[in-house]
Amino acid sequence: MELVFALAIGTLTASGVYLLLRARTFPVVVGLTLLSYGVNLFLFSTGRLATGAQPIIGSTEGYTDPLPQALVLTAIVIGFAMTAFVVVLSLRSLADHDDDHVNGDQPSSEPDSTASEKREGHDQ
Amino acid sequence: MQGLYPEARLLHTRLYLYVKEKTDNEVAMSLPLVVMLPFLGAIAAPLFAQGGRTAIAIASSVPALIALAALYPQWQVLADGGVVLFHQPWLPALGLSLSFRLDGLSLLFALLILIIGLLIILYSRYYLKPKENIAKFYALLLCFKGAMLGIVMSSNLLLMLIFWELTSLVSFLLIGFWTHKQDARRGARMALAVTGGGGLALLAGILIIGNIVGSFELDDVLAAGDQIKAHAMYPVVLTLVLLGAFTKSAQFPFHFWLPHAMQAPTPVSAYLHSATMVKAGIFLMARLYPALAGTEQWFYMVSFTGMATLLLGAYTAMLKHDLKGLLAYSTVSHLGLITLLFGMGTKLAAVAAVFHVINHATFKASLFMAAGIIDHETGTRDMRRINGLWRYMPHTATLAMVAASSMAGVPLLNGFLSKEMFFAESLDLNLPGLWAWLPPIIATLAGIFSVAYSVRFVHDVFFNGKPVDLPIFPPHEPPRYMKIPVEILVFACVMVGIFPAIAVGPLLYAAASATLGGDVPDYHLTFAHGLNLPLLMSFVAFFGGLLMYSQRQRFFDFHARFKEIDEKAIFEAVVARVTEAANRLTALLENGSLQRYAMLLVLSVIVIAAAPLANLGLFIGANGLTPVDAPTGIAVAVLIIAAVMTAVMHRERFYALVLLSVVGLIVALGFARFSAPDLAMTQLSVEVVTIVLLMLALYYMPSWTPIESSSGRRLRDLLIALVAGGGMTLITLAMLTRPFSSISDFFLANSKPEGGGTNVVNVILVDFRGFDTLGEITVLAIAALGIYAMLKNTALTPPPGDGQGHPWTRDSHPMMLRQIARPMLPLALMVSVYIFLRGHNLPGGGFIAGLVTSVALILQYVASGMDWTEDRIPFKYHNMIGLGLMFAVIAGAGSLAFSYPFLTSTFGYIHWPVVGKFEVASAMIFDLGVYLTVIGATLLALVSIGRLSPHSAIKPGPEAN
Repeated sequence: MELVFALAIGTLTASGVYLLLRARTFPVVVGLTLLSYGVNLFLFSTGRLATGAQPIIGSTEGYTDPLPQALVLTAIVIGFAMTAFVVVLSLRSLADHDDDHVNGDQPSSEPDSTASEKREGHDQ
Repeated sequence: MQGLYPEARLLHTRLYLYVKEKTDNEVAMSLPLVVMLPFLGAIAAPLFAQGGRTAIAIASSVPALIALAALYPQWQVLADGGVVLFHQPWLPALGLSLSFRLDGLSLLFALLILIIGLLIILYSRYYLKPKENIAKFYALLLCFKGAMLGIVMSSNLLLMLIFWELTSLVSFLLIGFWTHKQDARRGARMALAVTGGGGLALLAGILIIGNIVGSFELDDVLAAGDQIKAHAMYPVVLTLVLLGAFTKSAQFPFHFWLPHAMQAPTPVSAYLHSATMVKAGIFLMARLYPALAGTEQWFYMVSFTGMATLLLGAYTAMLKHDLKGLLAYSTVSHLGLITLLFGMGTKLAAVAAVFHVINHATFKASLFMAAGIIDHETGTRDMRRINGLWRYMPHTATLAMVAASSMAGVPLLNGFLSKEMFFAESLDLNLPGLWAWLPPIIATLAGIFSVAYSVRFVHDVFFNGKPVDLPIFPPHEPPRYMKIPVEILVFACVMVGIFPAIAVGPLLYAAASATLGGDVPDYHLTFAHGLNLPLLMSFVAFFGGLLMYSQRQRFFDFHARFKEIDEKAIFEAVVARVTEAANRLTALLENGSLQRYAMLLVLSVIVIAAAPLANLGLFIGANGLTPVDAPTGIAVAVLIIAAVMTAVMHRERFYALVLLSVVGLIVALGFARFSAPDLAMTQLSVEVVTIVLLMLALYYMPSWTPIESSSGRRLRDLLIALVAGGGMTLITLAMLTRPFSSISDFFLANSKPEGGGTNVVNVILVDFRGFDTLGEITVLAIAALGIYAMLKNTALTPPPGDGQGHPWTRDSHPMMLRQIARPMLPLALMVSVYIFLRGHNLPGGGFIAGLVTSVALILQYVASGMDWTEDRIPFKYHNMIGLGLMFAVIAGAGSLAFSYPFLTSTFGYIHWPVVGKFEVASAMIFDLGVYLTVIGATLLALVSIGRLSPHSAIKPGPEAN
């Protein structure tokens, strides 16, 4: 159980990081979302994996750790707020630059290929 | 401080009590008042700017007049060598207190600052041109006055340092007052760089002193002089403190900023660069004299620096053709003289130093003012052009000549007296062998130069033929009142020169007593000491100076053989190079590519995390692995595939989004599987909202991502991603298989009896950790408002189709969806109310209920369109957020009314018809706040994005509302 759970978190992280490093805003937002799934699962699992032990008094024999759950619950909501914020940032950037490249102030009139070459050169 | 230096704290308390017997804070209340007054004046004076220059000058004089009146009653205590102390703790943990102190030394400086300040205010009234910003000038001048008073009256070294830095900053603004002049700006920058750098050194020195002594209170530091001098860090302390003093007082090799600061308006030069700011370094040496002086290191460092400065300043002054340049280098030279006197280390030399501080301030301030008058009336300061002014302004000439004679050390003037004392001390210095000749020779040589440049000032300007090509011709006497400050200072020069014992005797005694720690040597103040060796040296200097002036052309020729060092060019080159290096470094790290920053960020995290984790041994821990059941295994497999496919297919943005939602759903299932029903519900509803949000964003964006990165780059990113993912897998595995202990037993045990709820997660959120939740919903609210603000007045035109040739569907609000969505709303609202109410005891609560309601409302937007829905929603989401936060705060503050801590909750039971016994906790009001904030924030964000497009890309179909 622990192994597959860890693998799931690892995959979410790897996919998230790869998308985070892309050049356009949309994949970056998707990457951040994947990354936050991974992080939330990791934080949640600090209370260890237990089945049928929901922390509701009187419902079961033993209870799992409620504290990480409370932390993760707010983390999910705040994560949503941050995702929304980043999405809006990227929309604003798109509106201002007419371009959804993460580096923002790129010349927008140039064709995509030269612009991207420039970015590549810029970054090396 | 208590923790750091307990034993010193005792010492300090003892000393403080001892002093307190002498003065009470009530008596000493005037001390902080004196320091505060100019700052208050700086705020108030500009209000009088409308009334004209005279009105603002009078208003600016008030603080100094009140301060003088407030200081007057303290004189009786000080004349006997007493001290007035005011003590008010400020930040005791840092050793910083609002301690002020008035003794002879600080009184002497305070009087110089206040009285010369008053004269400068009067003088500036006539000096500044009507169109100049006189309000700003006076405000800065008053700020400077306050900062200087703060330096001389602080009794806490850290407090003093604050004022010290303040003088550097304000002097920067004053030197650069004429902001349109490049030279003024550069001069100001140079002064700030040098004195600010010295201030940093001083800070370090003071911190070490505080460490040695265990207190920053001046009483403790002065009492611990032997302890400091015996300490291994003493040479470091001395060097750092002297760096501060030398930079401020323009000592060699830091003297170069002072001549360049002459770009300031002349009243500023007269005030800052003769009487006050440059004396701050001198003051520091005098103040810390008992604590630091009297060692060989002090002697060599201070006296040789002073000697070099004295000679260099005097030599260079002779070469200057600029009136103020001559005065500036002469100031450098005289500051060197005072430093040399302090460096000598004898008590009489210290008395002479304090005496010369008074004398130099009086004659140099009057000379600067005279130079300002000449500049004002002729339009130039070049001594090669200003000649023979005696004919045009005999009154000013007389004043300047008396002041210049005092500078040269002519008998019956104050400059003569302290110079005699200096000569006498230079003879008394017990240096070994032939070295004993060095001080008197240098003293005489400096005296010769001093006479020569004084004669030059008088002869070149007022005689020596006719004026050459003056911008303003003919010059005439300045306004009557502009000369009054000069007259007062010159009168003081004469009075002190003839009746020293009456004019300054008591003040000098009090100041010397404070400098030396009460142990004043015998000295005799009189206008002449009879025929002795110092007098002979004066004669040599006088006639030598005259001779040198008469042969000045040879002197200029001699100097012309050397290469001129242009400090300004060097300084500017250094500044330019440092700036360039900084720019290059910045460009290296920060090239504007967010993509690269993200990469560096991830790499840094990996590197930073790798080191400690490598030692941990990331293997399966003591608990071992548990077997996997089939449903979990399948779900994880789907999750892994979906996550990988999201990354692989990210170019097809729509498919990536669908895959992302699969991942999110399985995460929600995972929470449900592992005993977290609340999380599962939250995740599920957030997932819906997130996907709607991303779909909405995708409407405006291109629907595919072009291939831009090279394959090498993609491989690199893949490697980074794999390392990050592999690392997370190992960390998670290592953590999950190790035993752990939790603080949650408390929550589990107290949730029901204390919080009144059986859903521990919800009780933690709204009760135990309610304050955190309050913070979190505030963040949510801020994010939503930020989104609203960011998108307000922004318009985005969506692309005409999905970018792959498919146009948008014309059926914008399908009828089926509309018909299903509308009855869903009341149902969903009922469900959310149910989830909300049961939240305290069963999975649910404000967060989840809020999200469910949001989803229901979003469905209406999707099904029926923005306008239709907005028309039917009777409130604004901004207000809803505000209301929600208000509920949360009121719920918290309610407990304050019953004198419980913020957010304490209470609960009771009521019988609800049909439902039966029902528990009501005050935390529910808090949860209601959470509920409202979540709805408001979610919908505000989404509606803001929906409103982005000025008009829909889709032509409304015939059946649309």
